[in-house]
Amino acid sequence: MESVGYYILGVIVTIIVAFMVGMTYMGLSRKITARVQNRKGPPFYQNFIDAFKLASKETAIHHGFMHHAGPAFLMVASIMSVLIIPVLNDGKWFPNLNFDGDLIFLLYIMVFGPLGMALGAGQTGNPNSAIGVTRGLSQMVGFEIPWVMALVALMMQYQTTSLVDLMAVQQTTGWLMFSSPFAFLAAVLAMLGMFRYSPFDIVGAPTELASGPVSENGGKYLFTMMSSGSIFAFAKLTLYVDLFMGGADNLIELLIKTFTIYLIPMLYGMVSPRYRTEQAIRYFWGWPLFFGFLALVHAMVF
Amino acid sequence: MINDKNSQKIADFIKNWARKHSIWVLAYGTGCGAIEIPPTMTSRYDAERLGVRGAATPRQADVLLITGYLTTKTLKRVIRVYEQMQDPKYVIGFGSCTINGGMYYDSYNTIKVLDKYLPVDVYINGCMPRPEAVLAGFGKLQQLIAEGKANGAQKYKDDHEYYRGNLRKIIGNKYEMPLYNW
Repeated sequence: MESVGYYILGVIVTIIVAFMVGMTYMGLSRKITARVQNRKGPPFYQNFIDAFKLASKETAIHHGFMHHAGPAFLMVASIMSVLIIPVLNDGKWFPNLNFDGDLIFLLYIMVFGPLGMALGAGQTGNPNSAIGVTRGLSQMVGFEIPWVMALVALMMQYQTTSLVDLMAVQQTTGWLMFSSPFAFLAAVLAMLGMFRYSPFDIVGAPTELASGPVSENGGKYLFTMMSSGSIFAFAKLTLYVDLFMGGADNLIELLIKTFTIYLIPMLYGMVSPRYRTEQAIRYFWGWPLFFGFLALVHAMVF
Repeated sequence: MINDKNSQKIADFIKNWARKHSIWVLAYGTGCGAIEIPPTMTSRYDAERLGVRGAATPRQADVLLITGYLTTKTLKRVIRVYEQMQDPKYVIGFGSCTINGGMYYDSYNTIKVLDKYLPVDVYINGCMPRPEAVLAGFGKLQQLIAEGKANGAQKYKDDHEYYRGNLRKIIGNKYEMPLYNW
């Protein structure tokens, strides 16, 4: 069971499952958006067609080394985070590489991809990319603070920095969503910024910035970013389910729980127009930060 | 096995099928025709159900949609944009102005026939074409892509001297352009 071959096979299967699920969720979000706007909308597998087309396009763009490395950084960060987050309870089916202290490691690795992408976008020399990077980093300063506060509150309350321990705690005490509600609120509000759907789509705003940091990347680069985005979306959703909703015992349960979480940023985005940068930061430093403080107080008192 | 003719045929079929169902459009909207694009994309006609979607930059786009007349001043920019797009790429000429000049047939600073400067794959006639006509144009382009006949980009590379010569006739040598913008 514990052989190296088992781990390698498990890693490949995990990545493929994450890719398929993430892509399908994004396609479903396009379909649901269309239905909300009273359109027919593309089929739910439209994103797979787009990805295949992008991968089969020829790509002759050269702006320097970091420009080529940027999408690779994104992909590396997504794959590392999906490998550390346990997919199912008790390490069933999907082996993962988690260890004590992986929550702290996750905090770092989740911003590694955007930072690498920022370096790559900087080298393209496109002014839209530079503005997009500035906006993205500002927004990250906004939502990372309530997100870190929520995680620190959990770590303090349960005296552990391991995801697996937190999942084990929930087997006995019930979902952390109910036993530490303020941390959950802060984390969910921070997630709105993490997913970058409207109203927080200030980074890639297509009508304003010509898709921002991505603007000089086409074809295979865009394919890499698209697939890494879908893998990362799956990783984040699974992380929320693991942290606050007691994990999942099988894939069906996991899909139901992750899709429920995914509906929050998606539906919130459908009814909200885009914020300006300072409005977005002010949003995150308002109620999410307040709930973060409450979560810390809650963790210290109880 | 891999380089054999039949397997290449199968690969082309799959690729063309994906290209056909995922068309990302860069709308160059200086002319009056750009006003017909929003209704084509939004709820009433919903081009997204056919896989037609807007792209923000030339690097990401498959189709360059020239909506209406082009002045000699914007022609240079359009050609730079077209050359920055990645293969395979297609051009749609939108409205009468791109076919024979339309109502600008005797204007001194607009170009009359777009096909002399860019390899046009599909023309959409009308002044203005209604969204139904635009969708029909996209349908025609999809048909051409599926049959593998939408090879304007290859024509542009082969006859590069011809297209650039026509450009030089209009702008003269005052405006230096690189040989090809990657």
